[in-house]
Amino acid sequence: MTDRRAAEPADVIEFIHVRFARGPHVVLDDVRLSIARGEAIALVGRSGAGKSTFLKLINCLLLPDSGVVRVEGRDTRDWDPIELRRQAGYVLQEVGLFPHLTVEGNVSLVPRLAGWSEPRRRERSRELLDLVGLPPREFAARWPRELSGGQRQRVGVARALAVDPPILLMDEPFGALDPMTRLELRAEFQRIRRHLRQTVVIVTHDIAEAFALGDRVGVLDNGRLIACDTPRAIEAASDPRVRQFFSAFPPGLARG
Amino acid sequence: MRLLTFWLAHRSELAAMTGRHLFLVAVSTLVAVAIGLPAGIVAAHRPRLGRPLLAVANIAQTVPSLALLGFLLPIPFIGGIGPRIAIVALVLYGLLPIVRSTAAGLASIDPAVMEAGVAMGMTPRQLLWLVELPIALPSIVAGVRIATIVGIGTATIAAAVGAGGLGEYIFRGLSMVDSTVILAGAIPAAVLALVADGLLTWLERRLSPGRHPAARATTIAAGVALAAALVGIAAGATASRTPGIVIGSKNFTEQVILGELMAQTLERQGIAVTRRLNLGGTIICDQAIRSGDIDAYVEYTGTALTAILRRPVIKDSERVLATVRDLYGTSGLSVLDPLGFNNTFAVIVRRSDADALGLGAIGDLRKTEAGWRPGFGYEFVERPDGYRGLSAAYGLHFSVEPRVMDLDLIYRALAARQVDVIAGDATSGLITALDLTMLRDDRRYFPPYDAVPIVRSAVVLAHPEVKRAFARLAGRISEADMRAMNSAVDVDHRDVAVTVREFLSR
Repeated sequence: MTDRRAAEPADVIEFIHVRFARGPHVVLDDVRLSIARGEAIALVGRSGAGKSTFLKLINCLLLPDSGVVRVEGRDTRDWDPIELRRQAGYVLQEVGLFPHLTVEGNVSLVPRLAGWSEPRRRERSRELLDLVGLPPREFAARWPRELSGGQRQRVGVARALAVDPPILLMDEPFGALDPMTRLELRAEFQRIRRHLRQTVVIVTHDIAEAFALGDRVGVLDNGRLIACDTPRAIEAASDPRVRQFFSAFPPGLARG
Repeated sequence: MRLLTFWLAHRSELAAMTGRHLFLVAVSTLVAVAIGLPAGIVAAHRPRLGRPLLAVANIAQTVPSLALLGFLLPIPFIGGIGPRIAIVALVLYGLLPIVRSTAAGLASIDPAVMEAGVAMGMTPRQLLWLVELPIALPSIVAGVRIATIVGIGTATIAAAVGAGGLGEYIFRGLSMVDSTVILAGAIPAAVLALVADGLLTWLERRLSPGRHPAARATTIAAGVALAAALVGIAAGATASRTPGIVIGSKNFTEQVILGELMAQTLERQGIAVTRRLNLGGTIICDQAIRSGDIDAYVEYTGTALTAILRRPVIKDSERVLATVRDLYGTSGLSVLDPLGFNNTFAVIVRRSDADALGLGAIGDLRKTEAGWRPGFGYEFVERPDGYRGLSAAYGLHFSVEPRVMDLDLIYRALAARQVDVIAGDATSGLITALDLTMLRDDRRYFPPYDAVPIVRSAVVLAHPEVKRAFARLAGRISEADMRAMNSAVDVDHRDVAVTVREFLSR
């Protein structure tokens, strides 16, 4: 595995002068960012700062108006979108579990599309449910509507990881949960991360979450990426826009 | 009680009609699903295409069923009487609920679910089959359920175009003004609708999310198999009908009696017969015989001359017959010898009014005009030898617009004082039964309406025995005979077949 990866470009995801507009409204402007393999980037910003757009540009749900988004060194315009999306697990705030499939059915759907054999799918989904803290014996046969919000989001994470994609995109993954469940899942995710090799891009409006989950934290403001650095460096930043952004957070508290 | 007796007496016919009814509904619903499901998917995915699509389905739904049949009748291939046109009409009615529920089921899917599907790398096709359709399935089945129930109700109209089904009892009952016969068709139709509703509701519940995919698959398979079996059984029941000579009739009692009379006359000579009675009005029977859907029916010379051939009125019955015979001959139809009675239009009033006001002839109506309410059948209002000609000939001007109503109900409306003067048939059994009286046509306004069998010339040539059999009827039925048979059926609620058998055995 290490050998194969060594042959690949070091930066899994690159944003090069990316601009994206919806009509007259510029959502992202001149965004530049390189994300290294295995790195976890957390993007923060107010609602409407362009966070979700950033993610959708990676898995080709959107294409940039100008500039280039490269995944694995290839322009997203040149990727087959279906193939690209299979490389990138996607976790969204509303989870979007398939209501007509069981927990196991949800987790093993992508492996099914990828043509995995039934026993292999079963084994993988059990393994993942264990990983996200849902004992398969109890949860595999349950229906999404029988789960709590936190349990649903755990299934969402397991589903996104099903075929072990090199990239994991998370859009406000814990945003709809109550504060206790949120803290619990955040801790859980930090634990899971130790078992994973994925490059993770997580967007959130919760600064504490960003600081807790990101190796680097990026700050999106009005469509521009005004900072991207380690949590410690961000905290110490002198840029007034960044300072203003964190003014509501006493230092240390942000660490969660 | 009378209803049970009726069903018992007609049990094999009832079973055949129910099978026929199910056949019509099952075939049309399956076709409606085959068209409506893709249309619903298109409507949900492309709202710009979907909106006009739904509009078309909406319009089809709002056309009254008889009018829809009327529109379809002259269209080649789908037109003509028989099950085909009925199925086309039923499909048009079934489309809207299916398209709408499919589109609604797809549109109501949580956008997050769709986004998750797309983002995990599903192709549009995979998304449709693995996510959208399974989630929308209960809604789609709900649409099929509504289409089926609407179909069961609407299929009763199929009898008007000779497609059979339980509607035959309803039409027969309406023309006999016999609620027992109406109920004999209406109740099984309602029971069918309730059973279908129950079955499909159960199916809908079995298919809602939260059931195991295997169970859902089994349920779908069971549903499809059941529908196929229904079509098969019903088709078998339908196919077992013998073709033979096809006898038609219009949709009022006298016509049904005459149709039955022709049929039994042939059967007595050992000739196989199919009955396509109660076909709707003059135009439907005429189109049916010209297209070969039926082989024979009884027409009235005056009707043939003015309503079908659109010739000016002739008062002399010999000349009417000769003219009609010539003109029909050129289009491959043989006009046989008259049966004997003249069913002319009759202007009818209540006997009490006639006595009180001294009404004897149509012209006497001028004395009464102000406030008198006329009531006419649809045809009488339209035909040149109908209302317009009548008021011109006698100088009649009613202050009230004529009430237009079904020919069968018109006598009862007169007796019930809802109208005061009607145009009916001279041979109606209800004239004596309801204590009505016919006014003399002293200006000889109404042309002769001699009843004559019309037979396709091809049939006459190929089966000379048919013409010989009908020749036995020539001149045999007087006005009194016809009125007596009409009265036996309309007033005494006797069975048509029995009444005819008794007449022929005299």
